[in-house]
Amino acid sequence: MDDVQVKDGVDAETVEAVQSLSGTYKHGWETEIEMEYAPKGVNPDIVRLISEKNDEPEWMTEWRLAAFERWMQLKEPTWAMVDYPEIDFQDIFYYARPKSMEEKPKSLDEVDPKLLETYAKLGIPLKEQALLAGVEAPEEERKVAVDAVFDSVSLGTTFQDELKKAGVIFCSISEAIREHPELVRQYLGTVVPVSDNFYATLNSAVFSDGSFVYIPPNTKCPMELSTYFRINAENTGQFERTLIIADKGSYVSYLEGCTAPKRDTAQLHAAVVEIVILEDAEVKYSTVQNWFPGDEDGKGGIYNFVTKRADCRGDRAKVMWTQVETGSAVTWKYPSCILRGDDSQGEFYSIAIANNMQQADTGTKMIHLGKNTKSRIVSKGISAGKAQNTYRGQVTMHPKAKESRNYTQCDSLLIGDKCGAHTVPYIEVKNNSSRVEHEATTSKVDDDQLFYCRARGMDEEEAVALVVNGFCKEVLQALPMEFAMEAQALVAISLEGSVG
Amino acid sequence: MLEIKNLHVQLEEEEKQILKGIDLKVETGKVHAIMGPNGSGKSTTSYVLSGRDGYEVTEGEAILDGQSILDLEPEERAAAGLFLAFQYPVEIPGVGNMTFLRTAVNAQRKARGQDELSAGDFLKEVRAKAKTLKIDADMLKRPVNVGFSGGEKKRNEILQMAMLEPKMCILDETDSGLDVDAMKLVAEGVNALRDGERSFLVITHYQRLLDYIKPDVVHILYDGRIVKTGGPELALEVEKNGYADIIAEVA
Repeated sequence: MDDVQVKDGVDAETVEAVQSLSGTYKHGWETEIEMEYAPKGVNPDIVRLISEKNDEPEWMTEWRLAAFERWMQLKEPTWAMVDYPEIDFQDIFYYARPKSMEEKPKSLDEVDPKLLETYAKLGIPLKEQALLAGVEAPEEERKVAVDAVFDSVSLGTTFQDELKKAGVIFCSISEAIREHPELVRQYLGTVVPVSDNFYATLNSAVFSDGSFVYIPPNTKCPMELSTYFRINAENTGQFERTLIIADKGSYVSYLEGCTAPKRDTAQLHAAVVEIVILEDAEVKYSTVQNWFPGDEDGKGGIYNFVTKRADCRGDRAKVMWTQVETGSAVTWKYPSCILRGDDSQGEFYSIAIANNMQQADTGTKMIHLGKNTKSRIVSKGISAGKAQNTYRGQVTMHPKAKESRNYTQCDSLLIGDKCGAHTVPYIEVKNNSSRVEHEATTSKVDDDQLFYCRARGMDEEEAVALVVNGFCKEVLQALPMEFAMEAQALVAISLEGSVG
Repeated sequence: MLEIKNLHVQLEEEEKQILKGIDLKVETGKVHAIMGPNGSGKSTTSYVLSGRDGYEVTEGEAILDGQSILDLEPEERAAAGLFLAFQYPVEIPGVGNMTFLRTAVNAQRKARGQDELSAGDFLKEVRAKAKTLKIDADMLKRPVNVGFSGGEKKRNEILQMAMLEPKMCILDETDSGLDVDAMKLVAEGVNALRDGERSFLVITHYQRLLDYIKPDVVHILYDGRIVKTGGPELALEVEKNGYADIIAEVA
């Protein structure tokens, strides 16, 4: 019974949190700060400039330029079930950093207080203090290290010293390129090749910052690591690059959060995340994505075109992606798992909510290459308003992936009668000892359920939040505690005004 | 406690008159029963009083404790002290029974301007009340009504009633689908809530539930009207002779 008490506490607090929040998007404010921009548009000079701003070695500059060459030959993909006005790639700022960051601060104490305030306002702890993890085990201190990325630059990373003691490297990718070039050179672009796809290739040429993680062999990372992305400047694209390497027998849990101000014009976000997992190592990667979704008429918002991929390179390597997608005007995102090592495992848990005019085309790829590999996909898509929500997933069993298994569960929930849910599974099995299961359901939020809740005293929005959180339960449970609470609240906020 | 005056109701989708002028007054602390054959308007009465969509009140009113309720939202009626025990309790997958209860209790407390119950106090109360209804810890953990047997669902309704402490309880065919033992358990739960202050409207097709929940007044509903009112003996008469005699009397 006591574990019930804990869980219950969480849910009730969530409801409280939801009630205390007003307005549909609460991170839509802007930080007024002097910025330094590179000229609009992209060309080899801009690529060189970004490289120079980051004090990069020659090999990195060359790598970027090669990517740019490649990008010039690529065309924007059109196969996704999303529709948006053509993007003018020459009308975007590719580099924007606060003026105060020109001289790289030695520690967070030296960072412009205005920038620090931004994160305080977002509720992101940049002070090295233990987080009180809500209701769960309050006697045990929980720490979360944060890398704060503001437009094109990382402001700083907390708990670096403590992590260093454990041998863990957690810093911005620009710092890693300077300080740990051997690791970056060995792994960068090996999971998502430079030529992978239009947006990943663009990112390879112009990425400005992002996070770098290296966990040494047989090390359990002593705390959760997180990166918080904030787009602040107008007409600016954010192109961040994350590289995580989990060496043999190591473990890390990594969290990613994102927000942006409300604006009338759409903004581009094209990130690449690469994860390398060696023998017996395990990585959990959780995202709560809360970009500004655009207004009710579909004006503004973030175009989120992201390539995320994990490579289980060693035997028995494990990866778990968990994502809660509530933001973005357009989402194009398929966190994938390459199960190369024998007995490796990939899991993907996703909640994608699309309200008003939002469009989401998201899912995963499970590429089984090694023997006896296992994957599991649990996708919960929720559509409301006039939104379109597509699950697109690929499961491939290669000839050598003997005795491998996949289980896919794909549930869609519709709120109202003007939205749509689509499921597009691609399944390829090239051996006869593997098994693939796919289950899909589509349901509507039931009037009887809502009336039942209301007859017990809950108002309509509380009732919808309760029913939808129930629908998402399996995925919410896969999130770390702090994120689970934030995600539950977000589910409710994203659906405000979707009924009645 | 509850006064229904000349209540006329039709379906919203088709212009079909279901209730054709109901008058009823349930006094504080009393138990009234509504009996009637299928299609007489019993369930419609409970749904209209609790505020379900799909019905249009064309005439008349309902007053709960001095307050007219037919224009209120369902949650406002609940906060005002009205409770409907559903004939078919609804399943809500993924939502723990306990979470549901606590959300409901605190929503009502909030609507009434009271402080929320602390996790500890809430838990203590739920455990005590669940015990008397033979609801075990496992049932409190499971998702609301999902995979519950008929008896478990009805006991769960009574647990909700016990936790929400309404002034006016409507029981819609609570006996349907229950065997005698389950019915006794449910009836005991209801009787434990009879405290001389709380009022009940027990809607039932059969007399047998009224052996366990003793009514003060029995009404016979037929074709959208109350055609006869009497004491507990009226229920026995129905049990013995069916509705035909009474209907013939008024026709």
